[in-house]
This record gives sequence, structure tokens and C-alpha cells, in this order.
Amino acid sequence: MKKIINNPDNTVQEMVQGIAAAYPEHVKQLPDTTVITRSDAPVQNKVGIVSGGGSGHEPAHAGYVGKGMLDAAVAGEVFTSPAPDQILEAIKVADGGAGVLLVIKNYSGDVLNFEMAAELAEAEGIQTAQVIVNDDVSVENVPARRGIAGTIFVHKIAGAMADTGATLEEVQTAAKEVVENVRSLGMALTPCIVPASGKPSFELGENEMEIGIGIHGEPGIERKELASADEIAQELMEKVLADADFPSGSSLAVMINGLGSTPEMELHLVNRRVQQLLREKELQVYKTFVGEYMTSLEMAGCSVTLLKLNDERKKLLDAPSEAPAFRQ
Amino acid sequence: MELNAAAIKQWMHHTNETIQENKEYLTDLDQKIGDGDHGINMARGFQAVADKLNEQDYDTVSDVLKDTAMTLMSKVGGASGPLFGTAFLRFSTAVKGQETINATDFAKGIREAAQGIMDRGKVQPEEKTLVDVWLPTAQYLEDASEFDAEAMKQTAKEAMEKTKDMVAAKGRAAYFKEKSAGHIDPGAASSYYLFAALAEILGEEG
Repeated sequence: MKKIINNPDNTVQEMVQGIAAAYPEHVKQLPDTTVITRSDAPVQNKVGIVSGGGSGHEPAHAGYVGKGMLDAAVAGEVFTSPAPDQILEAIKVADGGAGVLLVIKNYSGDVLNFEMAAELAEAEGIQTAQVIVNDDVSVENVPARRGIAGTIFVHKIAGAMADTGATLEEVQTAAKEVVENVRSLGMALTPCIVPASGKPSFELGENEMEIGIGIHGEPGIERKELASADEIAQELMEKVLADADFPSGSSLAVMINGLGSTPEMELHLVNRRVQQLLREKELQVYKTFVGEYMTSLEMAGCSVTLLKLNDERKKLLDAPSEAPAFRQ
Repeated sequence: MELNAAAIKQWMHHTNETIQENKEYLTDLDQKIGDGDHGINMARGFQAVADKLNEQDYDTVSDVLKDTAMTLMSKVGGASGPLFGTAFLRFSTAVKGQETINATDFAKGIREAAQGIMDRGKVQPEEKTLVDVWLPTAQYLEDASEFDAEAMKQTAKEAMEKTKDMVAAKGRAAYFKEKSAGHIDPGAASSYYLFAALAEILGEEG
């Protein structure tokens, strides 16, 4: 293993300190926690938005903390959900009196820990609601679907909705509508190495790729021989569109997400073909995002996310954001 | 059988030693059907439990169990943190305020703990999770006319081995579907270490 780290046990804590030091005008670290919050949290009378999960997916989730997106993000150990006490601290600091929406990726650990934290918060008199993101179409069984890059759109739209002064219920509804209208699929060329274990999380042959792999290396749909960028784009798109069933003429947001060590050049190759295919299907692209949004340490590969927009979601997607990883 | 707060503390210390010794093995099991961090997480959690329990002397069994629960919940992370945490919290509640517990209390505590895991994780038996060790162990403890530590350990061991043939329905292992069969569930393995550790300290005393 070759990594720029100190003691592997301190990696997450040190990363959080680094993030806080990088963007002091926007965010701060909550003392004695791995929680990053808006520097002006809590914002009075605004619904707070809290997300988080295991580390190793940077810029998710701390990079999305800032005006217009998240109020706080909790970082767990690498690929491991944060514990309820840490999540509770995030909820408390995000609560400006209007309640807190928890954006949870659909993994057992995340759901268990966030739900426990929600119970603890309710016991302290803080109103919470939750939305569980499950955009990964590689898992057939819909309730078991994982949350991947589509989560960023949930952060954006929920955050923008909260900024309009909407109630907790309204923000939750807007977030749930994103989940209903967003689909993703990823693929990988190489595995990643969790610092504390020092070993690759799975093995892929020299000429192999895996379609549908999860962001922690969970098995996907199939392993096959490495194909060209166009073929990869085509396969991901076919599966996403087959599941999403967007009517022709639909207006979409597109995200081509790198998993950690894929050059932006390659992501643009994938994007080129994705846009061609969307035109062929008579689907309109309202906005495109190409870059690293939800990574998996140094995994090589990408994911494609499509979100169907309506007028409300267009407006919320376009709203300003000061989050360091999503400035617009 | 009678356990006081010091004995429970000793049990947790010995569990920690066992988990530390088998950290790599647990991680290997988890790499087969999960994401390969179970050993790391459990080792971190039980080390924190050992450190926490060393900070003070306890009067009641329930207080030792409660501190164990809260520490596991905050230090293990993943799904295992809340699941093991809830198990010890329910056990603590079942014997609340007691300075010692007998075999009947212990059986009741383990039964409540197993139910807690099922409630928290929304899991059923035979879904290849840790509850597949806790439930049969609870059943054995309830049925046994006399507490026999070695027989309890054996029950837990056989229960753990049975998870090998199960197909995971919950947790990250469920993504492996049929491919999850053929490997012992890591949470079941660490649960076995827990019961084995108790049998070992009781054996030493006997």
C-alpha cells in the first residue's frame, strides 16, 4: 500500500481538520467530533439538512456543507457509518428550530445509525425527518438499492428548498421526489485500498471491468472484458434508462462522476457518448456535471446519474450554493 | 452460576483479547461477503470498551453492561455498532440495578439482547446475521436445567458454523446473494467469540 497518510487510525480525524482549515469562511469542525458544519450554523428558522456516512467518498459529504446545501455532514471511519452520538451532534448543531432533514444513503449501517440518532434527537425535542437515497440500479431489489452519486442531487435540491423557507415536510417531499426521479449506475476498473486494512477491497483482472459495482466495492451486475469508453457509456446508459423509463422529451440533469483515480479526460469521453445517446432518445439535457462528486478512495471507474427535472427542480438545482465542492 | 460486576468486566476484557487476536480473521471473513472492515471495527470498539471499563469500579452488572453498550454504539460504527450496542443495552435493562445475576437472569438478558438485535436491524432468524448466534444461545440457556459454560460455547459455535450455509438477506452481504453462502457471517463469528470468552473465564474459575 502506498498512501499519503500518517497513522491510519487518525486519517478521518485529520482529514476533517484539513477540510475545516481549507474553507474557514464557509465551514468549521464541531469540537471533539468528525462533524463539519456551516460556519454560521444553526440558521434560525430554516430546516437543517444533515447528511454523512463513511469516509472515503470525498468530497462527499463534508464538501457539500455550505449555504444552499448541507448544514452539517458527519464523517464515519472509512466506508463505515458514523455512530449515533456523532450524528446527534450534527443534528443538534443544524437545528435552527424548524427541524432537521437527514439525507441517508441506503446502507444498513447508515440507516441503523441515523435512525438511532433521530430517536435520540426526538428525545431531546428536535423534530427530524429522513430521506433514504437508493439510486443504484445495479441492485434488482429496489428496497435494497444502494445510495451513490444521485445523493448529491438530493443534497442540492433539499438544501435549496430549505433556503426558500419551506417546512420540514415540504423539504422532505422535495427530497423524496428527487429520489423517485434519479437513477445511477457505476463501473470500476481497479479496486481501492482502505487505509486501516492496507489490502485491496476486491480483485479485478488486468483486462477486466465490473459493471454496477458499489462505492465500497460491493458486487455489481457482471464482470467482463474491458471495453471502450463509448461501449461503457452505452452499457451504463442502457441499464439506467431501462430502469428509469423517462418519457421522451423529459428534461434531465446529468452527472458523470469519477470514482477517485479516473482522469477527467476519460470522464469527458464517457460524457460525450452519454450526451449523444440522450439526443438519440430525444431526452433533453438541462444541466451537466462532470467531475468527482462521490468517490471511492482511489478506485478507477465512473458512474452515470440521470435526474428527471420539472420546473421546481430546475429552479432548485439552479439556486446558488456556497458549498466548497458545489459552488455555483 | 453467579456473575457480579467484576466478572462481567472480566468477561468484556477477555472478549476484547479474543477479538484482537482474531481481528485479521474477522476482516478476512468480511472481505468475502462484506466490505472487509468488521475486524477493524470490532477491535476498535472492544478496545474502547476495555479502556472505558478500566476507568472505574462498578457496583451493578447493569452499569457495566450499559457502559459496554454505549461504548460499542459510539466506537464500532457500521451496522455492528448499533446492533451490538442495542444487544448490551437491552441486556442491561433486563437486569437493571442488580449487583449479581444468576443463570436465569443471564438467559433473560441474552433473550432480550437477541430481540433487541432483531428489532433494531429488522432481521429475522436465518438471514445470516449475528442474531443466528444470539437466538440459539438464548434458547439453550433457557432450556438448560443447569448452566454449563462449555455447552453454551458449543451451542454458539455450532450456531456460528450454521451461518456458513445461509444466504444473506440483510446488510451488505445481501448484495452477494447466493454467493454469500459458503462463508461464515462475520457478525456471527464475533458473537461466538463473546460467548466463548465467557465460557473461558468461567472455566478458569471452575
